Amino acid sequence: MMQIDQEAVSEQIQYKSEVKNLNFFYGNFNALKNINMVLHDKKITALIGPSGCGKSTFLRCFNRMHDLYPGNRYQGEIMLHPDNVNILAQNVDPIEVRMRISMVFQKPNPFPKSIYENVAYGLRVRGIKQRAILDESVELALRNSALWDEVKDRQHDLAFNLSGGQQQRLCIARALATDPEILLFDEPTSALDPIATASIEELITDLKNKVTILIVTHNMQQAARVSDYTAYMYLGELIEFNVTDTIFIKPKNKQTEDYITGRFG
Amino acid sequence: MAAESPDHLADPGKLGYSIRRHLHERFIEVLLFLSAVLSVAIMLAILAMLLKESAVFFQHVSLWDFLTDTQWTPLFDDAHYGILPLVAGTIVSSLIALLVALPLGTIIAIYLSEFAPFTVREISKPFLELLGGIPTVVYGYFALLFVTPMLQIFFPELPGFSLLSAGLVMGIMIIPYVSSMTEDAMRAVPMNLREGSYAMGATRLQTAIRVVMPAAFSGIAAAYILGISRAVGETMVVAIAAGMQPNLTWNPMEPAATITAYIVQVSLGDLPHGSIGYQTIFAAGLTLLILTLIFNIIGHLLRKRYREIY
Repeated sequence: MMQIDQEAVSEQIQYKSEVKNLNFFYGNFNALKNINMVLHDKKITALIGPSGCGKSTFLRCFNRMHDLYPGNRYQGEIMLHPDNVNILAQNVDPIEVRMRISMVFQKPNPFPKSIYENVAYGLRVRGIKQRAILDESVELALRNSALWDEVKDRQHDLAFNLSGGQQQRLCIARALATDPEILLFDEPTSALDPIATASIEELITDLKNKVTILIVTHNMQQAARVSDYTAYMYLGELIEFNVTDTIFIKPKNKQTEDYITGRFG
Repeated sequence: MAAESPDHLADPGKLGYSIRRHLHERFIEVLLFLSAVLSVAIMLAILAMLLKESAVFFQHVSLWDFLTDTQWTPLFDDAHYGILPLVAGTIVSSLIALLVALPLGTIIAIYLSEFAPFTVREISKPFLELLGGIPTVVYGYFALLFVTPMLQIFFPELPGFSLLSAGLVMGIMIIPYVSSMTEDAMRAVPMNLREGSYAMGATRLQTAIRVVMPAAFSGIAAAYILGISRAVGETMVVAIAAGMQPNLTWNPMEPAATITAYIVQVSLGDLPHGSIGYQTIFAAGLTLLILTLIFNIIGHLLRKRYREIY
């Protein structure tokens, strides 16, 4: 008996999240079909696949983004550990989910506020007002997103004055400031030039060991460079999920191989 | 120049110039230019007329008296020409109207833009805009015959004509202008900004107030300025419900006249054209124009300062 319990516990420590039989519907359209997958704790998991395969839809289930629009429906479970709670359950408040699972979007979307207030936003909506705490958290988040040295003397400038790559790093700082357990990236570099892309990728790699990361990307090399695990999706289904090296060197599925080698998609 | 048909382009070696197309374009351009000029010309004509007629007035009354005298009695034997009572009436009634219209209009806009389900919005917006289509004279009698008696239940000492009643109804009248423009400005804020806020764990209200409204600031400022201009320039409601007695007071519980109400009063009367009493309405009109102009300039500066940046 003891032994079984031990196993269950160690399994839960290993996984930050487990997706069980997840289906998602836009109205009547079944956009995600019976997905089973795990997020390893403090590892980077990449979602790849051709446009329209449902990777962003899948990603946005993790912070209940679909709740913002009418007619969307989840089925199945996304278990969050160590709580062992299904974040898709009706009685789970999406706002509480989003307070623990943060997100960075495809296009940098800083708010029409100063750099400082952008990073402090998540803390402010949680009701934190003490200047000392805000200052400390903002600085830490800016340091962790490799932006501190560039903006420390102009934290009160409008965020729009930053370059595209800086704005995206600011959005990462904003997401980091609240100390999330999972960080979701929805094609975070698709609107950036190669140099800014490289700096964001470096940043994502640095964040490993601090936070569990799920990243959607169109860029195969990016998935290969940054991720520990990779999932290949096609038409709303999870085709293959494995350690990134295995997926890229020896995929088990023919479809995955075709996509990765560029013969398809 | 034989190439009259645009088809000539299809023939190799005939690259040329189509007079017909050129004239057609010129004609359209001139037409568009004239329409644009027309509105500017009308504005200048009004200004010229006001200045010219006011000049006659100011030959009889010094600008100093006009600005400092505390009585406005141009039609009495003992004539005084101080614009202050009319300006005070205009400011008090406008302030009351704005105290009603700006907060309520903004709240309605936030609800419709950020909270209301699609069907509620689609049904309620036309109704709200219908409010703006009611003739102002109807609002005037609504103030005089309904709102004033209602207010008298709570304030028995309230006279039959008052700035309070007129201002409140004027506020209700302006709500649709403010809410409709504010809502349009807020709806124009891109969804990815809202998503960014929700993704940080913000509630709908936090998102509306902390992200959407600052992003829509310039549009909201335009809506407020329009509301202010409407309140300052509104005539019928105040003429009917506020009484037409020029009265230097800042107390909304008293009857008073606004600039516009006074102009109506004189225009309706039988003052001989060219008399000094008649000329007063142009000086009053000029004052009103300058007041609205100031608000428009402030609005313009605000919009330039905080232009929409998403």
